[in-house]
Amino acid sequence: MSLCDLADGKPMGKKIVVETKDLTKRYDGATVVDRLNLRIVESEVFGLLGPNGAGKTTTILMLLGLTEPASGSARVFGFDSTREPLKVKRLAGYLPEKLGFYEDLTARENLKFIAQLNNISEAESEPLIEQVLKSVGMTDMADVAVRKFSRGMKQRLGIADVLVKKPKVVFLDEPTAGLDPKGINQILDLIAKLPKMGTTVILSSHRLYEVQRVCHSIGILSKGKLVVEGSLDSLSREALAEGRYRIEVETAKASPQLVKMIKKIDGVRKVEAKGKLLKISADADLRSKIAKAVVESDIPLTQMKIQEFSLDDVYMKYFHEG
Amino acid sequence: MFTIFRKELADYFTSIRCIVVLLLVFAVSAMALHAAYLGIREGSMQTSEFVFLGLFTTSEQAIPALLNFPTIMALFFMPFIGIALGFDAINSERASGTLSRVLSQPVFRDNVINAKFLASIFTLSIMATASILLIGGYGLRIIGVPPNSEEFIRLFLYLVSLIIYGAFWIGLAMLFSVLFRWAGTSLLTSLAFWLFFSLFYIFMVAPALANALAPTADGTTQVLIHNFELQQLLLRISPSYLFLESSSALLLPLVRTLGVVTMGEAVYMIPNPLSLGQSLLLVWPHLTILIGLTAACFGVSYVVFMRQEIRAT
Repeated sequence: MSLCDLADGKPMGKKIVVETKDLTKRYDGATVVDRLNLRIVESEVFGLLGPNGAGKTTTILMLLGLTEPASGSARVFGFDSTREPLKVKRLAGYLPEKLGFYEDLTARENLKFIAQLNNISEAESEPLIEQVLKSVGMTDMADVAVRKFSRGMKQRLGIADVLVKKPKVVFLDEPTAGLDPKGINQILDLIAKLPKMGTTVILSSHRLYEVQRVCHSIGILSKGKLVVEGSLDSLSREALAEGRYRIEVETAKASPQLVKMIKKIDGVRKVEAKGKLLKISADADLRSKIAKAVVESDIPLTQMKIQEFSLDDVYMKYFHEG
Repeated sequence: MFTIFRKELADYFTSIRCIVVLLLVFAVSAMALHAAYLGIREGSMQTSEFVFLGLFTTSEQAIPALLNFPTIMALFFMPFIGIALGFDAINSERASGTLSRVLSQPVFRDNVINAKFLASIFTLSIMATASILLIGGYGLRIIGVPPNSEEFIRLFLYLVSLIIYGAFWIGLAMLFSVLFRWAGTSLLTSLAFWLFFSLFYIFMVAPALANALAPTADGTTQVLIHNFELQQLLLRISPSYLFLESSSALLLPLVRTLGVVTMGEAVYMIPNPLSLGQSLLLVWPHLTILIGLTAACFGVSYVVFMRQEIRAT
């Protein structure tokens, strides 16, 4: 995983692409996005994680100026999304969650329409369309009506569609929803290539493993609040205040004395005893020290298991709290 | 905006919907022509001065009055085309997810709805012009009397009023397409509106209301006139009736007034056709109201559309 490149603080000298200040949105009194403060820097893939209804799509729509915030501000490349939406939309590409094409037009014609809307001349757009179709591997389907496309093909065409305008930043809303594993891999590979082309990616998803695969930084949204933002490392540290390792020890019989002994070991955060089973939370891999304690207390050790917490657990933790 | 306009036009011209409507244009024109042909042969024309206009207004006695050309246009054809062109303008794009894709491009939001409205008016104009030219062209062959300049201007003005009237139905259908998320709902609502104001209201509701408000039991002239005027006032609420009245004034120079004339007064009227200017004066309020209604429908759709959330879900 290449999650560690960007540690806690944002690296100096990198341009800030997206910045929100206390961004808030309410629908019929319900707060969907709640004082969101986001900063996303240039040339990274930022994963916006959260369960359905956490406010991911609303956040993206506000960043694009397609929805007005109740309060707070959103800026993309320094342009206010609410006041100067056209300037933002000139630089930003958006792949909606439920994306649709004009079904009767071919893939090429659909892309051409978008190029025209972006005032790209025909002479310029033709090679460009060819190029993006090639990059998503759809050259041979270019002149087929979109009606005949499978879901995976439409998603790939969606990526091509976003790239036609040569965006500086793209917002991809659940780009892998409803795809089979092969389709998901294709899309993720495409996304991973974008930062090298100088495009910042904001990817919203509720599936952690996808985000883990391609994202440099992550923000977890829960009930409209940004509960965590940062790279995996900083994330895990924040979330796992109880300790990063869970060690399970099973002994032949229960012993309160053993529990006391283990609690004294340096680095142990918490011990939970359930009969013969002990659940230990620790900052480090303390198996050898725990084994020693068990042996010293003269109780036969039945088994010992260790589990390192991954982002998955961090994610689940927030979901449960949410 | 021109890009969207062009794409919308291309969409219309390649759609099955448009072919169906075009076939209807042919059918309506052929029927009107046939009726006029029979009527003119029968000698049921009221004047020999405006023979060419007679092509559009004359029909054989045996054919019910509902089926003469201006009536068909006012009550059936223009509403039909207008609704067919406008009922799913916005909500189908929303449902298919293309709306958010288009709006995430650097275009103003109102460009979308403006371009759609203009493209459908353009298509409707082509249909209306086609049907008038068809009747005029073939009619010319049949009767062999070319239009004089006044007839020509009257026909042109009628065409303009047709387009305005059609634009009203487009605006109305588009308003429903903005208000309702499902194309079926907006279609049904527009159809219901059409049926009510073009048929039920004109033939049942307005007369019944007038009779209830101004009973004609004692039958004096005063009471009858009052009843009739009230009924006309009520009828004019219906855009279809409004347009029908204005089209008869434009196409039939012999129509002297759109109000009530008693037999006593009629005696003093010179049985001459009205001049163009006078006919125009007669329909001016009608056209103004139709333009106003169109603007109101489009204006409301515009405002609602600009404030609407774009989310597809």
